[in-house]
Amino acid sequence: MSSADATIPIADPYRLGHRGPNLARGHGGGGPASKRVIVGYGFWLFLLSDIVIFACLFATYAVLANATAGGPRAKDIFELDRVAWETACLLASSFFCGLATIAVARRNQILTQAALIATGLTGLAFIVLEASEFAALHAQGYGPTRSAFLTGFFTLVGCHGVHVTAGLLWLGTMMAQFFAKGFRPDIGRRFLCFSMFWHFLDVVWVAIFSLVYLVGTRL
Amino acid sequence: MTIDVHRHGLEDEEDDKGGASDENSAQLWTYVLGLALATVLTVASFWVAKTHLIYDPGIPMALATLAVAQMGIHLVFFLHLTTAPDNTNNILALAFGLLIVGLVIFGSVWIMAHLNHNLMPMQQLMQMQR
Repeated sequence: MSSADATIPIADPYRLGHRGPNLARGHGGGGPASKRVIVGYGFWLFLLSDIVIFACLFATYAVLANATAGGPRAKDIFELDRVAWETACLLASSFFCGLATIAVARRNQILTQAALIATGLTGLAFIVLEASEFAALHAQGYGPTRSAFLTGFFTLVGCHGVHVTAGLLWLGTMMAQFFAKGFRPDIGRRFLCFSMFWHFLDVVWVAIFSLVYLVGTRL
Repeated sequence: MTIDVHRHGLEDEEDDKGGASDENSAQLWTYVLGLALATVLTVASFWVAKTHLIYDPGIPMALATLAVAQMGIHLVFFLHLTTAPDNTNNILALAFGLLIVGLVIFGSVWIMAHLNHNLMPMQQLMQMQR
């Protein structure tokens, strides 16, 4: 008993703010946080800085949304059916990524690769749909140079699309690493970062389809 | 106290293997529930955007509320943001990030709306200079 007390430095003797009998790790009580928690925290900070970038693009779009320069308005060019399919693809992709997380935790190579392939295919379908939308707008003469509104729209939605494309490349390398190197701890931490990135992209898309597309069709 | 030390020792071994394997069964229904809730909120958003049953000027606010709700669902069920002690730092970082996001978006919209309002149309300006 006394030796155990000596090994654990108790920073909070009265256990203020701690429920339950266990000391929390990473708070000076239960020893240092595990590497997995620290890596996740670091990548979380990166994602938050990425959210700030997207906030700047959202603010730009909101300011420029009515600056159409005689060109088309939002309700003239947005097709909600396509947006609904894009949303379904990305949501399914996020769900498959969650299934891959479970498969990785169980160290099941076949399930992992299958879930990651499903993640990639639904993500690819999203990119194809978005590219076809951009191509159709460009063919009608409504490219990013037409008006400030379209510049803001292409910058915001295109930035998200570039993120998803980069995520697909990352997904491919993760599949190769799981295949070639197996379920090593460092590969597992890389996959933790990838899954956070992928779920985060879905969160950004929720903001885009709600506040850009759906609100745009009703203004 | 000795039991605690032993338990943390076990956790360390699990960390070294690269994942917490005791949460497997809990995770599957977490993702399924998250998917179901997100789908319901998405369908609700598209319904709100198409319906004429709602007072028109209230629709952007309704859509914004649904979007915030769905982002919360994603954070909790997919990104596993919890109130557990090892998540305190993540929550605090998120709170700070949201502060910055709020300042950037509302600040930009507010300032630019005022500038727009105060700026004289170019034609009037040119007539005054004549």
